[in-house]
Amino acid sequence: MKMKDNKIAILVFTLPAICLYTFFLVIPIFASLGLSFFKWDGIGPLFFNGIQNYISVFVHNIDSFWQSAGNSMLFAILCVVIQLPLALILALVLANGVKGESFFRTVYFVPVIISSVIIGALFSRVYNPDYGLLNTILGKIGLGSLKRMWLGDPKTALLAAFVPQIWQFIGYHMLLMYAAIKQVPSEIVESAKIDGAGSFQIATKIKIPLIKPMLEVCLIFAVTGSLKIFDLMYVLTPNGGPLNSTQIPTGLMFTELFTNYSTGIGSTIAVFIVVECLIFTFLIQKTFKEKIV
Amino acid sequence: MTISNKIKKLLLYIVLGAVAIIQIYPLVWMILISFKDNNEIFSGNIMGLPKRFLWQNYVVAIRDAKVGVFFLNSVKVSVLTLFFTICLSLCVAYAISRLEWKNSKTVLNFFLLGIMIPSQAVIMPIYELASKTHLLNTHFLLICVYIVFALPTSIYILSSFMSGLPRELEESAYIDGASIYRAFFSIIIPIIKPAIVSVLILNFIGVWNEFMFAFVLINTDSLRTIPVGIQSLVGQYNTNWGPMAAAMVVATIPTVIIYTIFSGQIQNSLIVGSVKG
Repeated sequence: MKMKDNKIAILVFTLPAICLYTFFLVIPIFASLGLSFFKWDGIGPLFFNGIQNYISVFVHNIDSFWQSAGNSMLFAILCVVIQLPLALILALVLANGVKGESFFRTVYFVPVIISSVIIGALFSRVYNPDYGLLNTILGKIGLGSLKRMWLGDPKTALLAAFVPQIWQFIGYHMLLMYAAIKQVPSEIVESAKIDGAGSFQIATKIKIPLIKPMLEVCLIFAVTGSLKIFDLMYVLTPNGGPLNSTQIPTGLMFTELFTNYSTGIGSTIAVFIVVECLIFTFLIQKTFKEKIV
Repeated sequence: MTISNKIKKLLLYIVLGAVAIIQIYPLVWMILISFKDNNEIFSGNIMGLPKRFLWQNYVVAIRDAKVGVFFLNSVKVSVLTLFFTICLSLCVAYAISRLEWKNSKTVLNFFLLGIMIPSQAVIMPIYELASKTHLLNTHFLLICVYIVFALPTSIYILSSFMSGLPRELEESAYIDGASIYRAFFSIIIPIIKPAIVSVLILNFIGVWNEFMFAFVLINTDSLRTIPVGIQSLVGQYNTNWGPMAAAMVVATIPTVIIYTIFSGQIQNSLIVGSVKG
């Protein structure tokens, strides 16, 4: 094969994708970063104003920025302490070989393939104060006193909005963990059984330590996924919900862009979301590395 | 088996069954109310089977609420995105994993970095670009953005498949006088069909359900894709439960069909796609 052919072929194969990718992803990333140092209404001239946007957002806390960042952080924590453990338990049980293993796995996974907009529209019905599924069930099982306007009450709106998102992705994490557990060599499990280990011990002492790399992936997905949530939140409680109680950074970013026409502030929040995700990814990877060594 | 073991087993299945109901019932409920009218829902039959199946709700959703239009838009956007994504990522994956050159690793890493980038990172500049170039309210820009976000995982999956193939495959073809392109089309592509199917399914679900870009880049009713269309109906059809639920069922049908046919493959492709998270 001639070297020249090879070079031309490489260009033919890679150049179109590289160009598209650079134009629509790489350049816009730097543009976002750049715009965060300007004051711009999206139409008129740009005014360079240094780190003024960052000061407005982080120090002056405009739009109650820190409350919204706290909301998304709370969501990340809830995912880690509720969603992932539930997924892990389900994965361990299913991978242990129960009857109907693949049926349960398939059913648990169904919500994952559905658009979060549909899930949002559906749960706004579930939470409907008069005819919703939740209040109806509460009424039927004699807990009518608990009925409330789940999404309309600032005390419950945030948690009520988190539930469907936690619910939707349990199956996803379950599947990833399940696949990893299935990779654990059966000889190790068998020999532990011969040594008299119970299934709880096998799970905690053998399976969980061996699937740490997958747990790391799930943790990163769960945390970064919750820090950048938008779709479901927007459908369930548009514009920050009652008394702004369900506001999240991505929601603020959209308000700045489309309502306040403040591209600079919006970009600053975008930069915050990206950096926040990168930092958490880095921290999780670092923790796992140290623990494994 | 001892009795206590039997009870344990029974409890286990009760729990597993309960979880299955929790995961699936909201969706069943959506289908149930899609056949009811407000009278039936508001007079107390919220959870049960509909008294009679009101297909009329589907007519209202598809025709009056324009879900039919949204659906066709989504089909168009998905098909074009998938076509270009698979062409571009096959080419890149092939060049990276089957041709020998100095910077192949660099190019691979350049694309893989994209897996970490959330859409929030680019949405403002893309929106500004759109509004300055009259690409707002076109499917063209939306498709470009979808392709770009689909490329990293697709390239990752395809190139890891391709690099597992033995070298001799193409070498014998080269000896017979085949060109690089020939080897690519008639040897590599047929072999990695399963990987191509995985990539297509994975991207289809992502594109069909994508909301944020479609929401920002398209605000004409007639151009909306399914998720944005449904979102726009939430306010409008807030009090009209039946047609709204019917719209949601219609929007969900394609992914559910694909899931029922390819459920094993979808699960596999998500697992493969996650490894390089």
